[in-house]
Amino acid sequence: MNSAAASDTILAITELSKSFGAVHALRNVSFDLRRGEIHALAGENGAGKSTLMNVIDGILQPDSGQMFLDGKEVRITSPAMAQKFGIGFVHQEIALCPDVTVAENIFMGVTSTSRAALMDYRDIEHRAAEILRRLGDIDPAALVRTLSISQQQLVEIAKALTLDCRVLILDEPTAALTEREAQTLFGIMRDLAARGISIIYITHRMAEIFDNCDRVTVFRDGEFITTMNVAETTPGAVVSAMVGRVIDNLYPPKLGEEEPGDIILEVRNLSERRRFAEVSFQLRRGEILGFAGLIGAGRSEIVRGICRLEGEVTGEVLLHGEPLRLAHYGESIDKGIVYLSEDRKGDGLFLDMSIAANVSALRVEQIATRGFIIDERREAELAEGLGTRLNLKYGHIGQPVSALSGGNQQKVAIAKMLSVNPRVIFLDEPTRGVDVGAKAEIHRILRELARAGVGIVVISSELPELIGVCDRVLVVREGRIAGEVSGAEMTEDHMMYLASIGEEQRLAS
Amino acid sequence: MAIATSDNEQRSRGAAGGMRRLLRMRETGLILIILLLFVVMSFASEYFLTWANMRAMAMAFAVEGIVVVGMTILLISGGIDLSVGSVTALAMVIAGLLFLNGMDPWTASIIAIAACTAIGAGMGFFVTRVGLHHFIVSLAVMVIARGLCLLGTGGRPLGLFTLPPEFKFIGQGSIGVIPVVIVIFVVVVVAFDFMLRRTTMFRKVFYTGSSEKAAAYSGIRTKKVVFLTTTLCSALCGVAGVIYMARFGSAQPTFGIGMELNVIAAAVIGGASLSGGTGTILGAILGTILLSVVSSSLALLDVSVYWQDIIRGSILLSAVTIDHYLNKRRG
Repeated sequence: MNSAAASDTILAITELSKSFGAVHALRNVSFDLRRGEIHALAGENGAGKSTLMNVIDGILQPDSGQMFLDGKEVRITSPAMAQKFGIGFVHQEIALCPDVTVAENIFMGVTSTSRAALMDYRDIEHRAAEILRRLGDIDPAALVRTLSISQQQLVEIAKALTLDCRVLILDEPTAALTEREAQTLFGIMRDLAARGISIIYITHRMAEIFDNCDRVTVFRDGEFITTMNVAETTPGAVVSAMVGRVIDNLYPPKLGEEEPGDIILEVRNLSERRRFAEVSFQLRRGEILGFAGLIGAGRSEIVRGICRLEGEVTGEVLLHGEPLRLAHYGESIDKGIVYLSEDRKGDGLFLDMSIAANVSALRVEQIATRGFIIDERREAELAEGLGTRLNLKYGHIGQPVSALSGGNQQKVAIAKMLSVNPRVIFLDEPTRGVDVGAKAEIHRILRELARAGVGIVVISSELPELIGVCDRVLVVREGRIAGEVSGAEMTEDHMMYLASIGEEQRLAS
Repeated sequence: MAIATSDNEQRSRGAAGGMRRLLRMRETGLILIILLLFVVMSFASEYFLTWANMRAMAMAFAVEGIVVVGMTILLISGGIDLSVGSVTALAMVIAGLLFLNGMDPWTASIIAIAACTAIGAGMGFFVTRVGLHHFIVSLAVMVIARGLCLLGTGGRPLGLFTLPPEFKFIGQGSIGVIPVVIVIFVVVVVAFDFMLRRTTMFRKVFYTGSSEKAAAYSGIRTKKVVFLTTTLCSALCGVAGVIYMARFGSAQPTFGIGMELNVIAAAVIGGASLSGGTGTILGAILGTILLSVVSSSLALLDVSVYWQDIIRGSILLSAVTIDHYLNKRRG
């Protein structure tokens, strides 16, 4: 039995560690993958799942530890090398060339190593069509630019399937897929597993693990927690392993019986040409309002429209009953309406600039004498004061933000919002890529701000977060508000139903 | 609580001081290299450490230094300008032609600077409104401006022998023993260095260059910032062109060919990055001085002018390589 299991192991990792500066992304983790199994890898954001996969794919080099493929020790130093070993990786982010056809994208890896000088377009289109037939209705001659996000995701998967791989890594591939597309994908995964291909499936959706996977491994804070047979465990046990210590009071207390106060912000019939239509809602003093919905439903677009960060919107926005006419986001900040970006590294922070310079960026004038000469001491005081308030951990205030951990970077981004004493804060995925501890702290801060009378709107793709933090949640579907839930109605099932039911309703009618 | 805060403050002050020292390391390094060159050269050539040579060297980099200031600010905002040499020459030609047609040199100079500012605004328009890249737009303007210079003069230098002495004073005169050119240069450098370090306006230039998207998400109107830095760079070229005219007493349509490379090299050696977000005026000026001292030294040592370009290029490559590794280690 034992030896059979051992020879069945295709990939084994022992005592592997990887750190980035002072942050231990992986600490002595072990992991094994059997031939023909679908192995779920679960854990919260920042648990180390992606780091481990990047090590397996040769993108990152481990600091210590060993990796065995078919019992032989290997060191994989590049994705190209991983490909030679038969390891395919479908990343969460789409990395296709937008101006090239679907077929060319699918065979990019093959053409780059091919000796033929000329491209045989007809041949690759033909072969691409064959692979795509199993995945969905996608024209191999179409430019990738013209596809929807979910179609692009399927092209990514098709690309991995063309490589003759023994190990296929899928990093949250269903995040952008519809339910039906996801089911198709699971069918393909089971076919591949039956043919002896091993699949590592990264997800944090319990339903997907329990419907499709054979075993599940849980990581938390860079450490290996457990590997379990799916048949012998329960979703509750997996979640406990994922969350670990603070399962009871993960979220701060809500409003409870208190009634929310006056209307802070009112939005009436807000529309944008392509992205959303007829959005109306009210935000009251003291409450935390959530926005739920699938990726691409238009949640971020709505709040960015309100702040005038993008899009040409029509409709009315009233702040404390006063209609707003904002020409650009700068005026929105002046009125006290600020937006925390979902993409902290891309557009939320100036990574190579100091903590102090980041915190003061929204209104540099306030740390300047006579409004234009920067007073470095005042700038440091502003950042230090907010840093203390948010329990920010840093060496010194002149340190570049890139040196901080994800959670502390997010606190700097929040400090930046608070530096202008805002009246309304829109937070887009405020705890993405943040560890469990910092996450709870951010939630506590949001509740404190709400109590102090700041309007708080949270957009999140993690339904448990919305349920835990918000007093009321608006569900957005295809650019419209599909429903509002509060109190006992705030369940994952109900919100998922509202977020995704559109399709079925259309089919029924 | 209060104790913790003051402790924290002290720590961060001390550390901030250390950080500032670190940031100045490049400047310190450049100063040391320049001093080293001075020492070596004063032994190698008896002419090097003479007042005449110092003066000639300072005159050589002072006017170009004004252009370096504009380029550095533009680089920090994430842009680049290849047209600086031709626009500088165009300022000379415009002012020279107007003067020859009977206008007084002061008004002619102001019109020439205004014309260069307008050229910068035009480039800013193409970059921020049309959405073209700085490199392409300024490449086109480089050629166009040079064409205008040649068209206006028929390709021959304009002799401006009748320039009044009080105008020539800008380029040739001295206050005490200090040439006026140097005085102007120092004033420009000190003013812009202070503004770049301390004013909110130029802080926004850093934000924009560091990450244009993050700047837009901080309510900064990044297009306006880039438009203004592009315009400023050309305006400073105009100023430099007018000073050159006063210094040479002529307007040379072929002046400043290859100047853009020298100016960009100086800014980059001084710490500016082509990807924006970093750079200092002091560093860029030290870069200019270094290049100028090297040129002067090579000339005094009778090294062929052809070697000079090779050596300048190598200095640029080394500076950027060192910087790349320092950045990598920090990241």
